[in-house]
Amino acid sequence: MRWLVATVAETVPETARVVTLRLDVPDWPSHRAGQHVDVRLTAEDGYSTQRSYSIASPPGSERLELTVERIDDGEVSPYLTTVADLGDQFELRGPIGGWFVWDGTDTAPVLLVGGGSGVVPLRAILRHHAASGSTAAMHLVYSARTLGDLIFRRELEALAGPRRAVTLTLTRESALDWAGHRGRVDAGLLAEVGWPPSVQPHCYVCGPTAFVEAVADALVGLGHEPGRIRTERFGPTGG
Amino acid sequence: MDTSLDGNAAAGALGDLFVFDVTVAVSTCAICGDARPVAELRAYLDAPGIVLRCASCGAAQLRLVRSSDRAWLDLRGIQVLEIHSAATAE
Repeated sequence: MRWLVATVAETVPETARVVTLRLDVPDWPSHRAGQHVDVRLTAEDGYSTQRSYSIASPPGSERLELTVERIDDGEVSPYLTTVADLGDQFELRGPIGGWFVWDGTDTAPVLLVGGGSGVVPLRAILRHHAASGSTAAMHLVYSARTLGDLIFRRELEALAGPRRAVTLTLTRESALDWAGHRGRVDAGLLAEVGWPPSVQPHCYVCGPTAFVEAVADALVGLGHEPGRIRTERFGPTGG
Repeated sequence: MDTSLDGNAAAGALGDLFVFDVTVAVSTCAICGDARPVAELRAYLDAPGIVLRCASCGAAQLRLVRSSDRAWLDLRGIQVLEIHSAATAE
């Protein structure tokens, strides 16, 4: 797969640690909701390093969007979140991965479960659901540490509607004015707000490794078929 | 700490070698017979090479090492790779 040159067209701060980069990528061959790209940075001395980032924008959007969380000891994310500015360029290749995707052709209910920046590919899926007028029922369950760590909060709440439910939960902060859920995404919350196994939803789980494993185990424990659960682990740190 | 990711995280590197998206192919483990999409294998990427291990028994199914001008692909741990026709038609 060819490396393409991406040019930063816009930067949008999402939270204290998360930035969305809107990119112009000539010859970008469209993508499917849920896919990722590999980003490659090369130093003047030739040292090169790469990381994978989920695509935040739905198929057909004007610009390719990457929403990146800064990992302080990372090699790529500090550049993308604090250095990259309008007109800067870097290399990427994609779209990559045909497994963790939702195309909208299936009308089965969909459960999306995201932890932290694991919401990024799920946001692309949710927006694709809205843009495509899918009749599938979709439910996003998204946890972040604090109110300030919720990425895309307003947008996600605005996307909620008759066929799209959004459940937000905070794991650390007990903000007084927070009327949403508190605590981790566990079997209790999934049983309360998620689809029962009897409706056979497709489940997409994305986040840090420990989060993904806990949620996948909880879903299996509730009776969901392992074969209907698709996972994307970010690893313990990312980068 | 287990640093593994999912096999779909290796899709970019494998895409250099295969003309189709091998992560959607179903791999049967040569050791235990577990069959699941390559995207759901355990992927170890933070090493000089890439290792995809069976999510059931842990056996190394796929090992990939690259140098500047060649690649070594060891598939001893895969008994069968089942490739859907739609994957190769893209």
